[in-house]
Amino acid sequence: MTRMNGSVLHEDLVAGMRDVIPLMLGIVPFALVAGIAAVDAGLTLAEAVGLSVIVFAGASQLAAIDLLGSNAPLAVVIGTAAVINLRMVMYSASIAPHFADYARRTRAALAYLLTDQAYALSVAEYERNDDRSRWRYYLGAAASLWVVWQIGTVVGVVVGAGVPDAWGLTFAVPLVFLALLVPAMKDRPTTAAGLAGGAVAVVAAGLPLNLGLLVGAVSGIAVGLLTEARTR
Amino acid sequence: MTGVAGLAGIPVLSASPDLVSSPHVWVAIVVIGIATYSFRLSFIHLFGRIDRVPERIRRPLKYVPPAVLAALVFPDLVTIRPGVVATLADERLIAGVVAGAVAWRTENVFATITVGMVVLWLFRFVVFA
Repeated sequence: MTRMNGSVLHEDLVAGMRDVIPLMLGIVPFALVAGIAAVDAGLTLAEAVGLSVIVFAGASQLAAIDLLGSNAPLAVVIGTAAVINLRMVMYSASIAPHFADYARRTRAALAYLLTDQAYALSVAEYERNDDRSRWRYYLGAAASLWVVWQIGTVVGVVVGAGVPDAWGLTFAVPLVFLALLVPAMKDRPTTAAGLAGGAVAVVAAGLPLNLGLLVGAVSGIAVGLLTEARTR
Repeated sequence: MTGVAGLAGIPVLSASPDLVSSPHVWVAIVVIGIATYSFRLSFIHLFGRIDRVPERIRRPLKYVPPAVLAALVFPDLVTIRPGVVATLADERLIAGVVAGAVAWRTENVFATITVGMVVLWLFRFVVFA
């Protein structure tokens, strides 16, 4: 393919990098909050960066930080974060046909960078433009998200350490989740799942081992399935 | 607790003495990382052997995002207290409702955080102060 943009980078890679820019408006504050919450819970800079590099999934990072900070048992921390990231299986399944022709090692590397945003952006572009190099476009978007996420976390750790507790900066954590939750409740069954999950979690907040979150999440999924069955 | 293991196992002083023990934190990070990577890799790796995601897996997965996110958000916004007024007159709940409306109208993370924090501060430092 010719490089019409005169750049040393392939145009499909550049297209991914360009298309992801508007999404950074949501990613930057999210990453900052992940860093701020980490220091607030008592994590070191190395641990905060380790979490961002090794896990690289914002919502689960924030939940893990929150639970670690309140001294929840290890199994609850891991179980909760894993449930939150289960949705990656859905993305993996959906994007897999596009990567099917690549070598196993390439697929393994591409999988590491899979996020909500990289998935949504790439699949939409694949639908629109059949000529796009699958891996280049995806890499342009996903690697940009990775870099911004890591820098944002570090900045958050540094900034977060200097802000007084009374400001309640960690309240930005539920606000981030809220901004993700509202568009996720897009029809009747998903709305029922959200309302039930949230309500049960509030009632179960006093449960030992911070199990309220898991109980709420599982209840919400069950109510979503029931609602779907009834509306059919 | 005064010392926690730093990078490469070199002990460093922790800024916050109430911190959970560091090996504990690293175990959590690594195990969550392995689980998350295996979710990401699952069908990207398997594709070719499995043609489609079985319906039994796909259906419940659809409800994971709303159920989990709501279970994360709601308890941070409201705590059940004796009495309706005591439960509802909470700056976090008010800020959350306003931010939720902003999220619904704009679907913008930045706007949601900004409005939510400003309302929280307004009620915490001015109205309820």
